[in-house]
Formats: sequence, C-alpha cells, structure tokens
Amino acid sequence: MAAKSTNSESVLFDIFLYAFMISVGIVTVYPFLNVLAISFNQAMDTVRGGIYLWPRIFTLDNYKEIFIYNNLIVAFKNSVLRTVLGTLLGVFSAAMVAYVLSRKDFIARKQISFVFVLTLYFSGGIIPVYMLIRDLHLMNTFWVYILPGLVNAWNIFVIRSYIDGLPISLQESAKIDGANDLAIFFRIILPLCKPVLATIALFIAVGQWNSWFDTFLYNSNSDDLTTLQYELMKILANTTAGASSADMARSGNPELTTRVSPESIRASITIVATLPILVVYPFLQKYFVQGLTLGAVKS
Amino acid sequence: MAMENGTALPNTTPKRRKSKWSVALEQKYLFFMSVPFVIWIIIFNYIPVWGWTMAFQKFRPGLSFREQTWVGFDNFVALFSEPHFYLVLRNTLAMSIMSLVVGYTVPVLFAILLNELRHMAFKRTMQTISYLPHFVSWVVVAGLITKMLSTDGGIVNQLLIAIHAIDKPIQFMAHGEWFWGIVTMSDLWKEMGWNSIIYLAAISGIDPELYDAAKVDGAGRFKRIWHITLPGIRPTIMVMMILSIGWLTSIGFEKQFLLGNSIVQDYSEVLDLYVLNYGIKMGRFSFGTAVGIVNSIVSIMLLLISNRVFKRWTNESVI
Repeated sequence: MAAKSTNSESVLFDIFLYAFMISVGIVTVYPFLNVLAISFNQAMDTVRGGIYLWPRIFTLDNYKEIFIYNNLIVAFKNSVLRTVLGTLLGVFSAAMVAYVLSRKDFIARKQISFVFVLTLYFSGGIIPVYMLIRDLHLMNTFWVYILPGLVNAWNIFVIRSYIDGLPISLQESAKIDGANDLAIFFRIILPLCKPVLATIALFIAVGQWNSWFDTFLYNSNSDDLTTLQYELMKILANTTAGASSADMARSGNPELTTRVSPESIRASITIVATLPILVVYPFLQKYFVQGLTLGAVKS
Repeated sequence: MAMENGTALPNTTPKRRKSKWSVALEQKYLFFMSVPFVIWIIIFNYIPVWGWTMAFQKFRPGLSFREQTWVGFDNFVALFSEPHFYLVLRNTLAMSIMSLVVGYTVPVLFAILLNELRHMAFKRTMQTISYLPHFVSWVVVAGLITKMLSTDGGIVNQLLIAIHAIDKPIQFMAHGEWFWGIVTMSDLWKEMGWNSIIYLAAISGIDPELYDAAKVDGAGRFKRIWHITLPGIRPTIMVMMILSIGWLTSIGFEKQFLLGNSIVQDYSEVLDLYVLNYGIKMGRFSFGTAVGIVNSIVSIMLLLISNRVFKRWTNESVI
C-alpha cells in the first residue's frame, strides 16, 4: 500500500481537484441560471439589479410579451421547420452516399470519394458563395436554409466508417435472397446505423437550430423567413453593453413595447432559443461521444 | 474475400471478364444513390471556387462572364496598399494563434483532471455540464458573456468589487486591447468540455493494470499522470494537433461579429468580417473576393508554419 506521505499528497490533490471542478461547474452553469431567473422576473424590477439565481418578483409577462410579438412566432416556426427538414434530409442523404462509398466493389468508388474528400480542404469563400446563391435565385427563400449545406462530406465519412464496421455477411445474405442495392440500404443498412445516424442528426440539428448568419446574409429582407437566432442577434446588437450610441441607434424592434426592458426580452428569447437543445442533448450523450471518436479516428 | 466471391453472385457462371459496362449496369442503383449528390456538391462547393476569377476582374453584376473587364492584380494591389488591411490581418493572426494554443492545451488538462475524479456520479455530471455550452449558439453565448461582463450588474464586476480588487466597474467590452483575450476565453468557455471528450475516450482505453502496477511501485498521482496517462494519450494528442492546425483555416468571424462593437473595432475586425463589410455591404465584389483569396493563402501559410514548428518539437509531420 502507498506510504503515508503519498496519501496526504493525494488528499490535498483531491481537495484542489474537487474545488476546481465545482468552480468550473459554477462558471458554466451560472450564466444560464441567471438568465433563466431574469426571464421570469418582472422587467421593471430587473432593472434595479440584484437578480442572481432566483426571480424576485415572479412573472410570465416577459414570455407573453415575446409571443405576442408577431415576428417571434414566425421565427420560431421557421427555426423548427429548418431544423426538422434539414436534419431529415441531411441524415438521409449522408447515409445514402456513405453506403455507396462503403461498397468496396463499386466501380466509381474512388472517384466519387475523391470529389467529396476535396471539399474538406477548400471552400469558395463568402462572396463567391453569395453570388452563387443569388444566381440560383435562392435569396429570400426558405430553401437557402436547407439546400447549400445538405450534403456534407464529414458526415458522410463518419457514417461510412460505421458501416465499414458492420458484418458484411448481412448484406451478402440479403443479396442471395434477391434484394437489390436500394433494398439493402433501406432494409439492412439504415436500421443497423441508428446509433451513428442519431449522432449525425444531433450535429445537423444543432447546427440548423443555432445558425443565424444565413438569415442575416440572404433573408434579412424577408420578415416571414426570419429565425429565432437571428431575432435574438438583432436584439443583442441593440443592447450590447459598452456599445456606442451609434450601435444603440441601429434599427430596433418597434413592436416591443416599453412595458418590458430589452434585457428581460433578451433573457426570455435566450431561454426559448436554448431550451430545446438542452433538453435533448444529455440523452444522446452516449451516441455523440461514440460518433466523435469514430470521426477523429477516421480523419 | 473468398466468401464474398463465392456467395455474392452464385448463379452467374462466367464470373471473370465482365465488361465495365455490365458491372456498371449491375450497380445502377449505386449510381442512382450517389450521382445526384455528386452533382449537388459540385454546384455548391466547386462552382464557388470558379468565382475566384472575380478577384481578377472589375466585376459588375448582371454582365456575363465574357463581358467582364479583366484587371489582372489591380484588386490585390489596392488591398495591399490599404493600411487598414494590415490591422485586420494582425487581428486574424493573433486570434487564430491564441485560440489554437489555448483551445488545444486546456482540454487535454481538463480531460486528465476529469479522469482523476473517483466519484463516478460526480464525474458524469461534470461531463454533461461541461458539454452544455457547446450546444448553444454563439448568439446566445455572446449575450451571456456581455451580460456577465457588463458594468451594471455583471457578476464579474460585482465579484471584483466585493473582494475590493476594483472600486468601480470595469467596461470590459470597451477596451480594445482586451478583446482578443475575451474572444479566446469565450471560446474556451464554450468548447473546453466538448474538446475534452476525445481525450477522455483515449484515457479510458488505457490498461488499468498499468496504474495498479505503478501504485505498487509507489508512484504518486502526479507520477502516474505523467508516466501513464500522458504517454497513453499521446497518439490522440498528435491527431488532434493535426486537426486543430487544419482548423486554423476556418477561424470564422461569428465570435468577432457578435462580441465586437464599434469601440473595439480595431481589435475585433478579422479578414472574413472585412470581406463582409467591403465586399457585400458596399458591393465591392471583386475587392472582397481578393480579400477572401488572401485569407485562404494566409490560412495555408499558417498551416505550413505550424507544421514546421510542430515537426521541430516532435519530429512528426502533420501534412
């Protein structure tokens, strides 16, 4: 057994370790709890300061206010729609290409792999992509949220490395039974790939739900195509602490009445924009840890 | 392999010398399932690269490619003679390197410390908590950071006042020189836990008997970390170094865009933002594309230089 000196060294180490971990935990969680408390606190009271972990004067007014603010309902719908549609289409297409590329006997395998691999190493840059989107008449359409990023090489390679790990005999016996490649994909590959597909779905969904830049760049002129993160970004830009008066004067949201303060509005929108993902991710933890490991090993 | 040949197509007798076309016909579904996506990726990922030609033109929207006037390197000359460009370049380089160094080393340490926790439920809770900020958008994170650092009621200022480190609140977001640090720390806050996942997975692959043997030999915890854990995850650390150097090419602009404001502009503007402000807002498409190309070249140079440094340290090459 260990000597006494190493024991006391170990205890000291533990004290520091747990203290450190608890402070990391507090630093991570406190901002969210603080915003949550503010979102449930009466706006006029929040201005007085001193709200930390619990609302002083509980109210639902902030939430009522943002949901009568028309743009936000539209924004919420669009965010949900782009997340659901983008995730379904993205996962499905990545899985399909991944299956094709996992077939060692496929004659165009190398060439097609190459086309996808190259995209990992370069991109056209903001302006050329912007011009393309404009030329394709995708600006001010909902499709600009779905189409450009639909096929993603990284997702394809993660799924492929998972398929490579599956026993080949299943595919072969299906082939003997007369199944064609399409049927093998739908009946055998897709059901077996559930864990990796869950991971990829989570990644795509988070990306879709969290993106605001495409709305900013392509759809900022269409109010009915706005998204939750973009609305939040606009409010943030209006209330950034330390921002100059010029920033403050940037177009605000006139529909918001003075009954609630920008800070309270921002807090409640932040919660609405954050909650759906926070509810889902702890349950998928096992899957994404696995998926990440796969991805890193492959690349 | 023998299995594959023997059972895949049991009834076709002349198995050898099938022509390419008949194989292609047999695999028609595989083509149906992949070719549309190849076309897709050519449209959305390859065609924009063709757009780089704009940098060598006096591009006017609405004219066809043949009607554009070619100006050679004029846009680049204009760019390099603009003093503001060097400021933007400095910011880009500084923040890339800071985030590479901090964002790469701290998660390794965090993973090692997590692994030292012996209380399993606590460890698992810490992991879940530490992944949380990764799933939140930069818009939300920028909002949280500005709130925490704000002068009226920001927790950081309040704590500093409470311990009498300062007399009146500091305007964190109004000091240009602090902006790089704030961006780097925000990045760390958001991604530290997430980036440690891969190291934790590697640590869990280390043979526990090694630790037991070291314990018997009287090695303390620091010695065990130094002689077992670190060497055990060395390959992973190398792979991640390769990846993070590769990511230098895409430092992005989201953080700078969302955390920056007009006061700290001289420290917050990065090349991509420059492209956005000059290229798209002002309609100077050719100039903006030239900036974009310079950005790519700078990224590649960063990649090559970091590879050199990395090689000197470890005798291993990234590329």
